[in-house]
Amino acid sequence: MDVFEKLRILSDAAKYDAACTSSGVDKKASRGGMGSAAACGICHSFAGDGRCISLLKVLMTNVCVYDCAYCVNRVSHDTLRTAFTPRELADLTMQFYRRNYIEGLFLSSGVMGSADATCERMIETLRILREEYRFAGYIHAKAIPGANQALVARLGLLADRLSVNIEMPSGASLAKLAPDKTKKAILAPMGYMQQRIAESSHDLVRYRHAPRFAPAGQSTQMIIGASPETDYHILKLTAGLYARYDLKRVFFSAYVPVTESPLLPSLETPPPLWREHRLYQADWLLRFYGFTVDEILDEQHPGFHPYMDPKCHWALQHKDFFPLEVNRASFEELLRVPGIGVKSAWRIIKARRACALTWDSLGKIGVVVKRAQYFLLCRGRQRSGIVWERSAVLAALMSARERALYEAQEGEVRQMSLFAGATVPLLTSKERRELQCIQLPI
Amino acid sequence: MHTAANLTYRYDGTFAGLLCCVFESYAAHEMPEAIWGPDMPEQSLFEEKEILTDNRHAERVERSIPAKIGNEAEELVRLAFFTTLPDKELTVLRFLRQGYHYGASVLDFAGEDSVHRLREAVKHLLSEAHLLKGFIRFSVQHNVLVTTIGPKNYVLPFLARHFSERYPEEHILIYDETHRMALIYRPYEYGIIPMDAFRAAPPDDEERKFRSLWQTFYDAIEIKPRHNEKCRRNFMPKRYWSYMTEFSRACSKNSVMHV
Ligand code: SF4
Repeated sequence: MDVFEKLRILSDAAKYDAACTSSGVDKKASRGGMGSAAACGICHSFAGDGRCISLLKVLMTNVCVYDCAYCVNRVSHDTLRTAFTPRELADLTMQFYRRNYIEGLFLSSGVMGSADATCERMIETLRILREEYRFAGYIHAKAIPGANQALVARLGLLADRLSVNIEMPSGASLAKLAPDKTKKAILAPMGYMQQRIAESSHDLVRYRHAPRFAPAGQSTQMIIGASPETDYHILKLTAGLYARYDLKRVFFSAYVPVTESPLLPSLETPPPLWREHRLYQADWLLRFYGFTVDEILDEQHPGFHPYMDPKCHWALQHKDFFPLEVNRASFEELLRVPGIGVKSAWRIIKARRACALTWDSLGKIGVVVKRAQYFLLCRGRQRSGIVWERSAVLAALMSARERALYEAQEGEVRQMSLFAGATVPLLTSKERRELQCIQLPI
Repeated sequence: MHTAANLTYRYDGTFAGLLCCVFESYAAHEMPEAIWGPDMPEQSLFEEKEILTDNRHAERVERSIPAKIGNEAEELVRLAFFTTLPDKELTVLRFLRQGYHYGASVLDFAGEDSVHRLREAVKHLLSEAHLLKGFIRFSVQHNVLVTTIGPKNYVLPFLARHFSERYPEEHILIYDETHRMALIYRPYEYGIIPMDAFRAAPPDDEERKFRSLWQTFYDAIEIKPRHNEKCRRNFMPKRYWSYMTEFSRACSKNSVMHV
């Protein structure tokens, strides 16, 4: 099989993995080598689905002895199988990198033969890149659950980032859909990697040239919508993973039905993009905005609001918290205001030292005044001309992206009629009451 | 200070020249209505004053900015000079006049128009430079990495370090056809020089093979049920597409020998 066909098959089979960032390390090639990495990450292109292409995302092979129900590579699926040789893949990576198509390589694999044999093949690819070609670009490698710890250790010294996919948001779903994998087999390498990463940054303080173990840290991903867990459950798990394993990122991947199975949503089910999007927003609130899981969702409300982002939703439910005087509120308080981000909150704090802020100046600082106006006072005053009508408030609080997502899911947005009075199907009566409340000047 | 109605400064288009305009504005106690570079055609309606570039004057102004307004202001002014802001010279002058008066706190005047406009322009410049770090596509031609770009901002100085760190052993040519300048790198030095035109040679077999492989990858990696044109264009504006391998397939697709 020629390399075109291999590339087509092995990138096609790898594309459902959500992680494709190249961020987290800053480094450059030594003389004689090639490659650098930027901490902020660089997107080289955007695919037709709007996702960033940063890395050559491929599988070593799509041959797999396992039978995970949600996966195109499972052994029981009738599909064309192939594998890159380590040399082929290393050459392809270098040639793409040289032409500035990519930031590096994202290498995952089906399990060919045994977990160890697969892992060795990946290691050989990375070894050629790092040692023979002196490639200093970004490499993200998947640790294969069940592989020998010594092999994971070797992988970690060659790659910038390692990850093990947690796949399913609960042990029960894992047992049902990925019968060959156990929670333990997944969590064991995660724990091991965490320990090595911690040791390595510790060593680095002592010996400047100590080889670094996965300097960009580890991440994981789980599939959303193939199993019945609630958003609340998933978010709890996410927070737990950050706390327990020091993960850099948890990625969520909306399940795209690839196979007919009684255990899975039917083939016609559209991928739950809005859920994925909401989970990323909530993940952001956890990591950067000082929210806790239970502030975002709880047992009684285990699912996200479909068309309102979790931060706006929280704000609408906490009207006693608002309005905040923008010239006095603390950084943490400002972060709770829809329309104010980490950067703009920080700019507010700085700017108001020079002189008290006005409504006019807020926009220039980067605050989305259209949204923030309902929650702020400036020098004790509300913004003039605010319309407190419910439909206007909701329209202002929905982002363009939310509308686009809405369009993709439900067709044409009949924007306002959606929220018109009692026919609103999406809001509970409690939510409707809350929205009524903010019509009064708070 | 008097604002002379219709007074226009004309300078030589260099950064030092702009600093001399600042010097002149203070020396003559006047505020021009416009500052034009050498390319702007003459307008007989306006009183025009030619500002000659005097390096001693430029240096004095250059030293005074970090001393009186701070390093951040200096950087803002330097970066602003590379932007596409149409009246960047006058905006820089206004900003510096405010800065000499109020000191470093001028940067925090959220309502101050010149600060805001300079910042926005610089943001646009840096973000275009950042995008191009990813969107540039090199062709390998006689073992030199070559490419043409058509940026709005003058981004070459911001690409130089990035690509020389990325490909320390390569020879590189990036031609900016908007500004007719080229960034040239060879181990381990680079320069930016004026260049009237540049045309890459037609790709050889190996080059065509990798272009075609990249297109294969680009097509395979999309998850079709998630197609989202709006999102793609939002992140990757169409004006970059014509320079990118994944969108220029006219000649490569069928003529490639699959090996
Ligand atoms: S082990 Fe990985 S590649 Fe194999 S079937 Fe399961 S998810 Fe797919």
